Amino acid sequence: MNARNAQADAGFVRIDRLTKRFDDVAAVDNVSIEIAKGEIFALLGSSGCGKSTLLRMLAGFETPSEGTIYLEGQPVSAMQPYNRPINMMFQSYALFPHLTVWDNIAFGLKREGMPKAQIEERVEEMLRIVQLKKFVKRKPHQLSGGQQQRVALARALAKRPKLLLLDEPLGALDAKLREETQMELKNIIKNVGVTCVLVTHDQDEAMTMADRIAIMSEGRFRQVGLPFEIYETPNCRFVADFIGKVNLFDGALTEDAPDYCVVTTPEGVFYVNHGVTGTEGMDVTVAVRPEKIGLSSSAPTDTSRNAVTGTIVTNSYYGSASIYHVQLATGKRVLVSCEHSSRHDEHFQRDDPVWLCWEPESLVVLRS
Amino acid sequence: MSAVTRIVGDLRQGWGRYTVIGVPYLFLIVLFTIPFLVVLRLSFSQADGASFADLTSYTDGILHIQIKLANYIYLATDDLYAETYLSSLKFAAINTGLCLFIGYPFAYFMVRSPVSMRPALLMLVSLPFWTSFLLRVYAWQGLLDDEGIINGLLMWVGIIEEPIQMLRTSFSLIVGMVYTYLPFMILPLYSNLVKMDMRLLEAAKDLGCGPLKAFWLITVPLSKNGIIAGSMLVFIPSVGEYVIPTLLGGPDNLMIGRVLWDEFFANNDWPMASSVAVTMVLLILAPLVIFNRYQSQTGGDR
Ligand SMILES: Nc1ncnc2c1ncn2[C@@H]1O[C@H](COP(=O)(O)OP(=O)(O)OP(=O)(O)O)[C@@H](O)[C@H]1O
Ligand SMILES: [Mg+2]
Repeated sequence: MNARNAQADAGFVRIDRLTKRFDDVAAVDNVSIEIAKGEIFALLGSSGCGKSTLLRMLAGFETPSEGTIYLEGQPVSAMQPYNRPINMMFQSYALFPHLTVWDNIAFGLKREGMPKAQIEERVEEMLRIVQLKKFVKRKPHQLSGGQQQRVALARALAKRPKLLLLDEPLGALDAKLREETQMELKNIIKNVGVTCVLVTHDQDEAMTMADRIAIMSEGRFRQVGLPFEIYETPNCRFVADFIGKVNLFDGALTEDAPDYCVVTTPEGVFYVNHGVTGTEGMDVTVAVRPEKIGLSSSAPTDTSRNAVTGTIVTNSYYGSASIYHVQLATGKRVLVSCEHSSRHDEHFQRDDPVWLCWEPESLVVLRS
Repeated sequence: MSAVTRIVGDLRQGWGRYTVIGVPYLFLIVLFTIPFLVVLRLSFSQADGASFADLTSYTDGILHIQIKLANYIYLATDDLYAETYLSSLKFAAINTGLCLFIGYPFAYFMVRSPVSMRPALLMLVSLPFWTSFLLRVYAWQGLLDDEGIINGLLMWVGIIEEPIQMLRTSFSLIVGMVYTYLPFMILPLYSNLVKMDMRLLEAAKDLGCGPLKAFWLITVPLSKNGIIAGSMLVFIPSVGEYVIPTLLGGPDNLMIGRVLWDEFFANNDWPMASSVAVTMVLLILAPLVIFNRYQSQTGGDR
């Protein structure tokens, strides 16, 4: 579901000016956000930025210092965790070691006092969803990491929560299994249709799984948006640097029109095809992604493009692409990545002089 | 590596391993099996003044085996012994139950207290071991006596007029036993509970458990091994307890340890005393063996 279209369900989860302080240090600092029904919302940030704390406030394990959480318009901040229609899949799973897979999944249902037949039916359904039918009688320690992860998911989904919380759901898996599981997990969540808040510090995981991403640092949201928005139009240096690779040029705004602007940097004068709200002469940074830069051995004929010259410092060939480090006249190093869409692409060697050029629309001006 | 050095290496490794495993076995054999066999032999032999007749003798080409079963028959037929065994088991069970009842919350509290406070709490639990066990039990006499501190205090406050008899009753016996054995319950429980993953309780809460339910469904089953270890450590020695019943127990608190002492040193009937001891060991061993069998069948949970 595209979050933008779902007007009716837009404020399914509403977090209003939420703050959590530990000994006067704000782990979560005045965060407000609305999450739509059925959306997968990722909290992405480096270690210690407050992701888990925010998630634990949603689950009810931490009491907010300030602010309120609403679910379907009802405040839930005062509810005990065992009364909230919210379930969590814990980091490294927290499966009950003394119970079988079946009993782990049925645990929450039994607490509800659900009739036996219905419990069996529901557990069956969960086992089918996560494909664990063969393992019902096993204890958690008799399962592989990936299987444990699926039991944890089934246990969290069994109660049909209105909101599913995932804390580093794939953190305990090795890299290869992680990649496979990402899509599988996303499919399951989408099929079930549950609204989901996901915590991760792995940007690939956030990009592939989430409908929307919030980039967190020091307890605050730095940017919230669709994955491509975050990648293509970061709103600050921090986000640009945090997501993917980026080349940053510090300079000053020398011309500002409604539909274009010019930034002068020591490396060159760059044309950007969007306006900036700011005064001329202010310090700004321009960002350009490595794959947006083209390399050629001759000067570009199209003068509307931004172009600078440099020398290849390192070249790495990966088959589908090449990654170059290019040193500019000022000594600044620029990362360039060339996708090889044709066999006859030009290849460059160390010390080759090259032209770097990119479209005005590939640049983003960052004011902070 | 040549074959020879490999064999030597294997041998050396093997020896190392056998010594490591062997030490506890040696201990058990020297300190438990051999004494037990001596007692077992005594229990079947006939007292011959100060010495004991051999179980086997060989004269004129005939092997005589003399195994005296009278002691065991007497044990089985005399109600007093049966009663004493039962009473010992009863007191041991009450003691174990009370220790668990008091010790579990205690251990739980220790685990939940800040990490910085735990060493101090642990020291408090083991503090009684710093003075002699005998002295501590004597001290209870001073507390529980008719003219003791507790009665004195109660009368001074005016709650009672006459002293309540506490010493030499089942009450004082149980107080003394619980007091003595409590640390043996708390320490294994503590070391078990401290390993528990607190996130499991959060998970239980998340799935709809109130705190009590979570305790009952998660904490208790997961501390099963600690409960068993603590209960064994309390139950087994308290069955044969001698000092506490003697110093604090009443005349009608039959305990097998006292009977044992009387048979050995008052009646000087060593064979009888030995059969009492052997029977006691078997009584304790039987449930242990059954329990072990059951454990290995169901397989450890963790
Ligand atoms: N119970 C607590 N008491 C005191 N400080 C805490 C507590 N829990 C978290 N913090 C602090 O709050 C900040 C945010 O912690 P949090 O666990 O939310 O980080 P995180 O983003 O989940 O990091 P990670 O990716 O490492 O899990 C950290 O500085 C942490 O030290
Ligand atoms: Mg965390």
